[in-house]
Amino acid sequence: MKQKTNKEGMTLIVKTITRLTVLLIVLYAIYITLHGHLTPGGGFAGGVILALSFVHVVIAFGKDFVMKKFSKEILPILESFGGLLFLIIAVLGFIGGSFFKNVFGVGKSYNLFSAGQIMPSNIAIMLKVGFGMFSAFLCLILFVHKDEDK
Amino acid sequence: MVYVLCLILFLVGLYGILVKKNVLKIIISFAIMDYAINLFFILVGYKNGASFPIFIKGKENVLMVDPLPQALVLTSIVIGLSITMLMVAIAIRLYEKYGTFDISEIRKLKG
Amino acid sequence: MLPLFVILPLFSAFIISIFGRVNKYFGDIFANFTNILLVFISFLTLYLLNINDLSAITYNVGGWRLPIGITLVVDYYSALMLIIINLVSFFVSVYSISYMEKYTDKTKYYVLFMLMLSGMNGVVISGDLFNIFVFLEVASISSYSLVAFGVESEELEAAFKYLVLGTIASSLILLSIAIIYSYASSLNLAHIALIINRLPVEKVLLTKFVIILLIVGFCIKSAVVPFHSWLPDAHPSAPAPISAMLSGILIKTLGIYTMTRIIFNVFFVGEDIFKLVYWLGIVSMLAGVIIALYQLDYKRLLAYSSISHVGYILLGIGLGTPLGILGGIFHLLNHSVIKSLLFLTSGSLEYSLGTRDLLKISQTNQRLPITKFAMLIGSLSISGVPPFNGFWSKLIIIIACVQSKKLFAGFVAILVSVLTLSVFIKVLKYGFYKKSLIEGQEQKSIEVKDVPFWMKFSMLGLALLCVFMGILIFPNIRDVLLVPASDILARGYEYSKIVFMNK
Repeated sequence: MKQKTNKEGMTLIVKTITRLTVLLIVLYAIYITLHGHLTPGGGFAGGVILALSFVHVVIAFGKDFVMKKFSKEILPILESFGGLLFLIIAVLGFIGGSFFKNVFGVGKSYNLFSAGQIMPSNIAIMLKVGFGMFSAFLCLILFVHKDEDK
Repeated sequence: MVYVLCLILFLVGLYGILVKKNVLKIIISFAIMDYAINLFFILVGYKNGASFPIFIKGKENVLMVDPLPQALVLTSIVIGLSITMLMVAIAIRLYEKYGTFDISEIRKLKG
Repeated sequence: MLPLFVILPLFSAFIISIFGRVNKYFGDIFANFTNILLVFISFLTLYLLNINDLSAITYNVGGWRLPIGITLVVDYYSALMLIIINLVSFFVSVYSISYMEKYTDKTKYYVLFMLMLSGMNGVVISGDLFNIFVFLEVASISSYSLVAFGVESEELEAAFKYLVLGTIASSLILLSIAIIYSYASSLNLAHIALIINRLPVEKVLLTKFVIILLIVGFCIKSAVVPFHSWLPDAHPSAPAPISAMLSGILIKTLGIYTMTRIIFNVFFVGEDIFKLVYWLGIVSMLAGVIIALYQLDYKRLLAYSSISHVGYILLGIGLGTPLGILGGIFHLLNHSVIKSLLFLTSGSLEYSLGTRDLLKISQTNQRLPITKFAMLIGSLSISGVPPFNGFWSKLIIIIACVQSKKLFAGFVAILVSVLTLSVFIKVLKYGFYKKSLIEGQEQKSIEVKDVPFWMKFSMLGLALLCVFMGILIFPNIRDVLLVPASDILARGYEYSKIVFMNK
């Protein structure tokens, strides 16, 4: 009996609250990432929060619901895309003469669009960490799922 | 004195890894060991009465703690996270194959 | 140009991960192409060092000047390491085109392989302590998952064992990095060397503590005897190309290269630390070869022999004399090639016969000519039979022992060499020159498929290297390659001057 409810997700209250809050969590992750060069946080923290929002959905609605919505194949691709983006930003530094050189210009301090390459790198790291952590979480869940079926 | 506490925490983790038989307890001990080192690293950069190393408008000239250890600790946390994840994944697979978490029963190899 | 050693494999890993599912052969082609490029670039680096008459090439990442930023340094020692890493990994990746067909997910294999390669290249080129740690972890984590690639119970168990010991090692290394940072306030190897040189005498005790931590950490990574228990499980369990990578270059890059770099060029270590390394070398030489004597699993035998040869390298380095260091480095290069060749032959035996038990592989003597030839050359070479490369490096180590009046070590080196010969005579006898021990089975002709072309190609390539690497010892070539490499270690503190001069 317990297993059955587990597969269908949690109660209605949790589902409703999740529906309301999950977008806010994603928004918070984006905020943390974009302000990484001004306030504490950055790509890694933002990515972890992003992954946690997905994990939140999986726990509330059950993994079958989530697996129906999108395929697992897309996650490693997005993750690698994040890594590739970071590498490309680093390689763009060769224009300025050196690997990892800041070629975007520094800008005015305390503005949102300042500190050059740090913001794009933060976005890349967010993609990498968020989707990487989420795909690792899904893999761990799917192991258990296979085990229960036996 | 605080450094000695870090060392004790590190030794607790090491003891757990070396002595405990349960796979999950080994993973937890590894996490303790990792945190002990991270804590030590943070303490290395501490200065008395200094603030956090972030520039805030209007407060540029305050004394700050050393930011480099904090950056390094972030990196080492990421590494610890990935190692823990790999350990958990392998532990689940081991449980699937052997049906137990006891490492004294997981013994097909001679070592 | 130096960052390319990290950029190219990382780029290839991400690209293969994204586009790998499009075409079945995408991973094969892209990974091998990257490897060819890397081999080319590593030879180019050596050529640039030589043509400009430099001791080292340095590169400031991000344009930040030396004590502040991350510096990449390549001297002759690292250049030789880069060549051997990329060359062996090229042959191994060519080999895995055919060998990895039987595993389900070749794309993921190439991704992890490339990540491991980028980690090893990064360890060798970086001149920054924390950078070394990060790349070391990149290489280690990918190797943990590659050991568990087959997800059978033995592989998982071996991977877990390797994982636990490997993380203990990394924790010790990280702890020592924290302690070093706490009193040097720098992470650059050259800068640390400068600062520690000027330290007052009462802090030297702390230095020794740090060195012991580092040596224990790196010894676990390179499986020196008291800490060796993960290696005989992990190396046989991995797929054969990965065993070749692990045993051939990973334990040497992560363990021995970093250890020598730190104890020679960064810290002022006294005679007692060298003595410790020397005794570790002797113990692991003897223990490895004695356990290898009674192994019947071919890959386990090779793994134990690896432990014994790591001992040879440590013995040469622990002598501390220029000739000993030269012998150690030369044996490191030779053993990488030989041991990866032998592991590849074990893989091809497993591929065509489905077993690696020495008692069972005997009935198929004439069917695998290339594998047999490669095994013969590898065995003769590893046991130090004269025309092959293993002989020359062992000879140099023994001469260095005698020169520094350590006759006992010289005697042990000769003894271990003879024992290694007997181990590999056993392999050849069981493997190819003897009728089956099990009665009644030899008449049944098993359908044996010969190994595909690419596997033959890489085994022959490594065997040719085994034959021709002996020429490194001739005086003209030695003075250009090996002597500068051992010189940079023997000169100790001048490393920091060289690096600072080049900025």
